[in-house]
Amino acid sequence: MAVSINEAVSTDPARDRTPPARRFGGRGLSVLEIAVLTVLAAVMLFPVLWMIETSIKENRDVYAIPAKFFDFQVTLDHFKDVFFSSGGGRSSLSVSFLNSVVVAGVSTVLATVLGVPAAWAYSRFAVKAKKDQLFFILSTRFMPPVVVVIPIFLMYRQLGLIDTKLGLILIYTAFNVPFTIWMMKGFVDEVPAEYEDAAMLDGYTRLQAFRRFTLPLLLPGIAATAVFALIFSWNEFVFAIFLTSSDSVRTAPPAIAGLIGGTTVDWGLVAAASVVFALPVLVFAYLVRKHLIAGVTLGAVRR
Amino acid sequence: MSDPVPLTTDHPGQVASATPPAPGWSRRLSDRWLTVAFISPALLLLLAMSVFPLLWALYLSFTDYSATRGGSAHFVWFENYTAILTSAQVHQRALTTLIYVVGAVTLQTVLGFTIAYLISRRTHGRGLLTTLFLIPMMLSPVVVGLFWRFMLDAQFGVINSMLGSLGLGQVEWLTRQQTALISLILVDTWQWTPFIMLIALAGLTAVPKYLYEAASIDRASEWFRFRTITLPLVWPLLLIAVLFRAIEAFRLFELVYILTSGGPGVSTETLSFHVYKVAFLGFNTGTASAYGILMVLIVIVLTQLYLRYLNKLKED
Repeated sequence: MAVSINEAVSTDPARDRTPPARRFGGRGLSVLEIAVLTVLAAVMLFPVLWMIETSIKENRDVYAIPAKFFDFQVTLDHFKDVFFSSGGGRSSLSVSFLNSVVVAGVSTVLATVLGVPAAWAYSRFAVKAKKDQLFFILSTRFMPPVVVVIPIFLMYRQLGLIDTKLGLILIYTAFNVPFTIWMMKGFVDEVPAEYEDAAMLDGYTRLQAFRRFTLPLLLPGIAATAVFALIFSWNEFVFAIFLTSSDSVRTAPPAIAGLIGGTTVDWGLVAAASVVFALPVLVFAYLVRKHLIAGVTLGAVRR
Repeated sequence: MSDPVPLTTDHPGQVASATPPAPGWSRRLSDRWLTVAFISPALLLLLAMSVFPLLWALYLSFTDYSATRGGSAHFVWFENYTAILTSAQVHQRALTTLIYVVGAVTLQTVLGFTIAYLISRRTHGRGLLTTLFLIPMMLSPVVVGLFWRFMLDAQFGVINSMLGSLGLGQVEWLTRQQTALISLILVDTWQWTPFIMLIALAGLTAVPKYLYEAASIDRASEWFRFRTITLPLVWPLLLIAVLFRAIEAFRLFELVYILTSGGPGVSTETLSFHVYKVAFLGFNTGTASAYGILMVLIVIVLTQLYLRYLNKLKED
């Protein structure tokens, strides 16, 4: 039962060829199946397409009744508004995007630096109650953020970390470390320990063997893991909205959500900001599609 | 990543015995040191950022502390807990949460498995189809929530516009008590059906082809093959996906916050949303902590269940 998503998404026509006998008998069924798939695909994709369309529509077309699907005025004003404020200069949204880059980037680096060595140690050495420790680590990732944020809020208030990027970076690192350990342990398990043993027979220490032989083999795995951690931090909302308030610290998700706070909502701007926000995620997710199952189950399921 | 038999790991004892005994002893010592040095920073961070806050919440849950009132906290023992467990408000939120979790996860499972099954029967365009279907899952719940709020708007929303052009009546998706929870379930289903689909697809493609071939030699019907081969083999993996989604749905906050803010009335207030209101709008920090601890207990039970099944799956 060793199958990866690689195979699941491969388009190799040789696999799974339906037997010819059923082919002829089941032609009507097959057409029906394709029709159902097409409808479902349309339903799943329509909101995404509608978001992109709204982001390039003139305002009066955005609110048109009935909705305009094709004959609308194209404009890039909304995207301009995302990055530049009306008086020239940077908009607060663009500042929040920069904050997101900093917070997500730094927390991902920290989680990787802390998580990868730990994953290697869990994979290679006898650790007391290893299973319990690993389960405990994963459990911390399942805690409801709304609950955790209450004591974190009080703690940060004492430490002066409320409304600071450092505070967000710390909490994001803490929720990415369990993921990094679980995800990376799978990758380390796939690298034979014999490589290290052989290197140690050649006179390297254990640490040198890890750095010179195992680590290079882990790099693709580390990259994939880091990309997922980056996506999780980038998308995170609950901690961001409760632990930050000023424009100079706020990350993009609460900033975009803040766009609907007023009495009138500029949906064109919301759509454009959402597109700018979601595009890097989709690109990154596409890059790590091979590891998607492991990534979205926090490294728990991998095949 | 079609991994061969895991060559090693988890058996450091064996590894050590493969080398000469003399350097082995000093090496094991340094191994122990390495283990501590490599694992403890990560564990310390988790202790500081996850365990300590939860212990603090546990302490606060026995007090009448309020984050705004300040002053010292007085011990009230189990008053907060009894207040929550006997509160009709909380019971109602629990029911809402249950409807939401069961409704959303059931819909996602049925739809996700159907899509995966249909895709697994295609020979062409599988990769493209899978990739397209996965898009909603990768979006931030904030983006999803905002966008559906726009599309479900009663006046200029595109959904009502389409219903109108089909000659159907307008629906007040988010502003009526009866439909708001349904809308929430539908949006969550839209976002997370791909998750179930992805995992079901992995299970379906892992079913050995020779089983189907043997069955078709025996002239077994399509339904019989599905029921006796496909479902039993995919079910364990699907169960993991379902439990995972149930935990996530139980924790969900963003979507409610953005889509309906719990309204209209309290019709879409889930437990996560209610605990936020108690903590950050009511500032009853002690009560909110007790509330949170109870929720954590539920999550722990669900997580244990999840990990147990995961373990079982790995052992097979």
